[in-house]
Amino acid sequence: MSTNVIETSGLGKRYGSTWALRDCSLAIPAGHVTALVGPNGAGKTTLLNLAAGLASPSAGGMTVLGGRPAGSPAALDGIAFVAQDTPLYKNLSVADMLHLTRNLNRRFDQAYARARLAELGIPLKRKAGRLSGGQQAQLALTLALARRPQLLLLDEPVAMLDPVARHDFMATVLTAMADDGVSVVLSSHVLAELERVADYLVLVSRGRVQVAGEVEDLLASHRMLTGPAAEAGNYADRPVVRVQRAEAQAHLLVRATADDPVPPCWEAHGVHLEELALAYLREPAASALPGPDRGRSTQPSQGPR
Amino acid sequence: MTTLTLPAPPEEDASLRPVPWRRMAWVTWRQHRIALAGVAVFVGALAVCLWLAGLKTHHAYAAAVAACQSVTSVACGDRITSFIGTNGFLANGLILQAVPVLIGAFVGAPALARELETGTYRYAWTQGFGRWRWTLAKLVPLAVAVAAPAGALSVLLSWYYQPYFAPGNQAMGISEVPPFAPGVFDLRGVGFAAWTLAAFAIGALAGLLIRRVVPAIAATLAVYAGLAFAAGGFLRQHYLAPLVTSNPNVPGSAWIIGQWWTKGGKFAFGSYPPDSLFSRFCPALPSGPFGKPLQQTSIQCLSQHGYAQWTSYQPASRFWPFQWIEGGWLLALSAVLIAATVWLVHRRAA
Repeated sequence: MSTNVIETSGLGKRYGSTWALRDCSLAIPAGHVTALVGPNGAGKTTLLNLAAGLASPSAGGMTVLGGRPAGSPAALDGIAFVAQDTPLYKNLSVADMLHLTRNLNRRFDQAYARARLAELGIPLKRKAGRLSGGQQAQLALTLALARRPQLLLLDEPVAMLDPVARHDFMATVLTAMADDGVSVVLSSHVLAELERVADYLVLVSRGRVQVAGEVEDLLASHRMLTGPAAEAGNYADRPVVRVQRAEAQAHLLVRATADDPVPPCWEAHGVHLEELALAYLREPAASALPGPDRGRSTQPSQGPR
Repeated sequence: MTTLTLPAPPEEDASLRPVPWRRMAWVTWRQHRIALAGVAVFVGALAVCLWLAGLKTHHAYAAAVAACQSVTSVACGDRITSFIGTNGFLANGLILQAVPVLIGAFVGAPALARELETGTYRYAWTQGFGRWRWTLAKLVPLAVAVAAPAGALSVLLSWYYQPYFAPGNQAMGISEVPPFAPGVFDLRGVGFAAWTLAAFAIGALAGLLIRRVVPAIAATLAVYAGLAFAAGGFLRQHYLAPLVTSNPNVPGSAWIIGQWWTKGGKFAFGSYPPDSLFSRFCPALPSGPFGKPLQQTSIQCLSQHGYAQWTSYQPASRFWPFQWIEGGWLLALSAVLIAATVWLVHRRAA
């Protein structure tokens, strides 16, 4: 598939006089698990709410699933959204929640939903409010997946879960991704979790998109250089994202590939997604975006075009 | 953990048909059945009370009618006294005035406010049904579901109040109750159901705007009270142009809007003649209970001096036209409020 599941141009959302999201131009291609990363209040939830049609933009435009206006009936039909803290009707039973979701959508795979809940050991007669946090999250996810969406939006899905529940939840997401080809966009500030599941990264900070691209490309285009602190300022071959000094040594995150030359006395190694994300989060002025240059860095990333 | 295979996604429908409206019926019922059961219990209990009290009243009234074949008999007076004695707390109507707003506020205000307060709107409004359709498909059946029992109750109320409005009461010496009497007018006819509907619509909009259940209920009570007060105190008397007469014997069932005096075709003074006038023209009038001249004699005396008393009033025969007018504008108001609620949900930035 070559369509974009989310595409925005100059998108902005203002609450009162504060811009929660500003000048956001973004294209997330289909077929990825996209991690939406950023500090609290960066605009992650706002972006997801806009995509789910819960909010309408104050500026710019947004389409989903290859050109459907966000929030339109066609968009709602193809998107399943699991909001933060997985809201469910606490006084309804699990079976009632299934029936409710079935009635509110054109498609609902009752057999799939029942089989998954049975597998998870979630009793159909129990009230949703009496399920554990992990079970509630799994129920919300099951309801979303049984709608057989083309795009699954998850807002901080694992923030409240213990490690086991977190692992199970992500496994379900990945299974759906693999079997059904559903595209996933999930926001989280649990960076370690994302490394395992995400193959596309969107980093938002202070209401702006700072980094966007395929994880593989981002990792291939960044290197961590370690060398004498005194020479840290001299490295000018490639754009430096972040300089971190520790005693005599300095760590430089630079935009370079494995083929780029390494200066004498310096050591280069690859970076982890978490390392990369943290470096950008600490340097809000740096950016790595596909398309024309926007930030301090001079080299465009290998993002999809 | 084993894996389940999701079936292949269906072919994209060429024309995207919306989810049928009827599917919302179950959703609305399932989510609001407790509130609706509460309404049913409340209205049902009230109906039983009214029924029992009504039987007693009707009984006493029938006994009074039978005994008052000769109005002067001692039995007649006794029976009438015992009929008036059955006039319990229900009959003054003020408590029953609160029924529409209680029903409306406790069903209408939480309808949207609870979703917004608990965050479940993020689930409901992102389903394929679409949020403005969801809102409309919820509010309209609920509006009907609260107005219908209120309408049924008002039929019972009409029966309950029947003896007080029966023709011939005056001949029996029972004072006539004007059907427009505040506290009674909107309990009978279509007004009761219409006010319940309006309270529901006010509650739904308040819930959307305030986003919290308890403050939304409080706001609904306040707005409703203001509206009911304005309608009863200022609006209702202007539904139709009042009749004006210079005949001092206005029927007791009429709703007196205003009285004034003229002399020689010119306005002289308002409802009460100034004392100076009496001392000038009618110094020898016998005094009534409060040292004031009796009304009848004072009117006669002043008439002899060229003054004429005018009365503007709404006759009791206008009860039904007034009911339809009040029901009509309340229905229109409710429709506008519900439409506004749906429109706000449609365009609201969450």
